Amino acid sequence: MKMYRSHIMICRGTGCTSSSSEQIAQEFEKQLKLHGIDEEVIVERTGCFGLCALGPIVIVYPEAAFYSLVKPEDVEEIVKEHLVKGRVVKRLLYAETIEEDRIKSLNQVNFYKKQVRVALRNCGIINPENIDEYIAFDGYKALARCLTELKPEEVIDIVKRSGLRGRGGAGFPTGLKWEFTAKAQGDMKYVCCNADEGDPGAFMDRSILEGDPHSVLEAMAIAGYAVGGSQGYIYVRAEYPIAVKRLSIAINQAREYGLLGKNILGTGFDFDIELRLGAGAFVCGEETALLASIEGQRGMPRPRPPFPANKGLFGKPTLLNNVETYANICPIINNGPEWFASMGTEKSKGTKVFALGGKINHTGLVEIPMGTTMREIIYEIGGGCPNGKAFKAAQTGGPSGGCIPADKIDVPIDYETLTALGSMMGSGGLIVMDEDNCMVDIAKFFLEFTVDESCGKCTPCREGTKRMLEILDRITKGKGQEGDIERLETLAKNIKASALCALGQTAPNPVLSTLQYFRDEYEAHIRDKKCPAGACQALLQYIIAEDKCKACGICAKQCPVSAISGKPKTPYVIDQGKCIKCGACLEKCPFKAISRG
Amino acid sequence: MKTLKDLEEIRKRTLDTINLRKDQSGTRIVVGMATCGIAAGARPVLLAIMEEVEKNDLSDVIVAQTGCIGMCKLEPIVEVYRPGEEKVTYVKMNPSKAKRVVNEHVMQGKVVQDYTIGAEE
Ligand SMILES: Cc1cc2nc3c(=O)[nH]c(=O)nc-3n(C[C@H](O)[C@H](O)[C@H](O)COP(=O)(O)O)c2cc1C
Ligand code: SF4
Ligand code: SF4
Ligand code: SF4
Ligand code: FES
Ligand code: FES
Repeated sequence: MKMYRSHIMICRGTGCTSSSSEQIAQEFEKQLKLHGIDEEVIVERTGCFGLCALGPIVIVYPEAAFYSLVKPEDVEEIVKEHLVKGRVVKRLLYAETIEEDRIKSLNQVNFYKKQVRVALRNCGIINPENIDEYIAFDGYKALARCLTELKPEEVIDIVKRSGLRGRGGAGFPTGLKWEFTAKAQGDMKYVCCNADEGDPGAFMDRSILEGDPHSVLEAMAIAGYAVGGSQGYIYVRAEYPIAVKRLSIAINQAREYGLLGKNILGTGFDFDIELRLGAGAFVCGEETALLASIEGQRGMPRPRPPFPANKGLFGKPTLLNNVETYANICPIINNGPEWFASMGTEKSKGTKVFALGGKINHTGLVEIPMGTTMREIIYEIGGGCPNGKAFKAAQTGGPSGGCIPADKIDVPIDYETLTALGSMMGSGGLIVMDEDNCMVDIAKFFLEFTVDESCGKCTPCREGTKRMLEILDRITKGKGQEGDIERLETLAKNIKASALCALGQTAPNPVLSTLQYFRDEYEAHIRDKKCPAGACQALLQYIIAEDKCKACGICAKQCPVSAISGKPKTPYVIDQGKCIKCGACLEKCPFKAISRG
Repeated sequence: MKTLKDLEEIRKRTLDTINLRKDQSGTRIVVGMATCGIAAGARPVLLAIMEEVEKNDLSDVIVAQTGCIGMCKLEPIVEVYRPGEEKVTYVKMNPSKAKRVVNEHVMQGKVVQDYTIGAEE
């Protein structure tokens, strides 16, 4: 690669791409040419920087100037001022990166300060479509070391000692899983990667695949060496076109360099990887369903045991790990298991990537050491809830998880504490809720998701979750009955005990967890027909206060369904039977006589 | 097919061109290493800086290379980026000047005014 004086890194993650970052990249290329400096300055397309809410993001090195919310029409100014004249365009810098008119280093910015990037180490720093850049930052060093210096048992021992646990949900110790697969008898073994990522709001795995695909390929090859497998499959959802494209490019480049295929690095070790595209059913992320889907059958779970380690793909011993799990492997080999185990808590080592979403200022992707508190994530990294609203709870573990209420905000986040709180780590979706969120409504949202995604194979899940949803639905509509809470609890218990796979077994969790911490909200809906958060439309009422109404008639003109009537000099009234709760009248009343309750 | 040695070469070669992107917490010393820079003696300057950084155990200092800075007649050029400070551009450098910059500017925060582009102009 040629030497360039300045590198313009443009985020081409899914978030920024949807806000036209490719157009910006092309505009940069055009403007650089126009100003005759296209031989001195290079434009690189990268993966996600994490601060997707501020996208499109452009970082210019060597200054590390962090431009946010860049528009194509801003490009000319950046080229003219910054790249030609050497004057950073302060107006476009992410405000938090400037202090007293100078650029702060990114690691001192609140959003990045507490983060430790292991799985995301290369995201935003390299061009994922250029294998040389991956190699430059120690890429394929770990594989080379394993193949030339370590025995398979030694590789497994390193992974075991690191304390790494599966990042796909259940948190099973990765080294143990490798050992089981290595010890299983079979003439052929497979190494698979779960990139199905079905949790609503989750995009950790997508970002790793988009920003650093080789980190997963290299780790899979190492896994193949450790367990004795020579064929790998990555099961990735077809709705991730950028990830699929970058993975295909990466696989081809690795093959060209002889880092995949036959006789890797001349060591006699063979390993190759193929992609399998999933249609995006949530249940296909479950391991037995995923393997069935790779085999070309319908993606439905089957009872375990036998576990995939013994009888997996095509009946052969199979190792299945999550994308982020794999992304941790090479740094563990390169830096040593002790380094990895020095981060985190007693039983949860290393870091975890979370996708911050919902009512939070900095939605995006963050990687933090295990043991970081929810408060640090939400307030210090995430910048708190927008509009000064009060934080109410955070949902982790997606549709299988539960919520952490505001009074538990100081607990350290790791596998054990989240489980003890009735939630779970899950794959890393973290949805923040503020005072305006109704917890019954949230539970309903997740249950709607599981009802839609249930594969239908077993009755408790197929029918039971539907019954639960019906009950939740009537509670939010003000038609809840005494005994509904108990009915929900009984159903939940039965489904958990009898569903075939973890989708069903965990589906009641969001309901149980909101009941545990917000039972009074359920009761208010059922007994008083009130939604304390003011979120359930059906339970809202718009009321005109007689003493404040000046009978101006403005509200009646606003009402789209003519629900408001009145005569001059007497207070106006809203016909609750007709009102569709649009809120138009409340906004327009000049005397603030209308209230919602 | 690549050998281990090939990989190592790709690593070194590419790292030289892209490590100016890595880790922004510490000071970065960037040396202009395009054709004219090298012709003007940028390589001994780079080596001197790396040696000085190593000798003083400056683990959070990154030495990076860059291409044409556009001021060929002032080469070798060295730019120093200390976090939270304006970039300082040193021109017409040689190994002993470079050592002084590492000792005074990078380590003690005192800009060596005599060598800066401002002094030249
Ligand atoms: C309904 C359901 C969906 C799942 N979806 C995913 C997924 O999208 N990605 C994933 O890695 N694991 C998912 N899992 C967990 C996998 O079954 C499996 O435990 C995991 O891929 C193992 O990898 P790990 O040990 O590296 O975490 C899901 C499990 C269930 C029950
Ligand atoms: S629990 Fe639900 S998703 Fe799992 S097998 Fe049964 S019906 Fe299918
Ligand atoms: S707009 Fe307000 S003051 Fe006027 S009639 Fe309606 S409620 Fe009364
Ligand atoms: S809330 Fe909307 S529908 Fe209801 S009375 Fe006001 S304007 Fe009419
Ligand atoms: S997609 Fe650009 S910062 Fe996340
Ligand atoms: S080639 Fe050195 S400044 Fe132009």
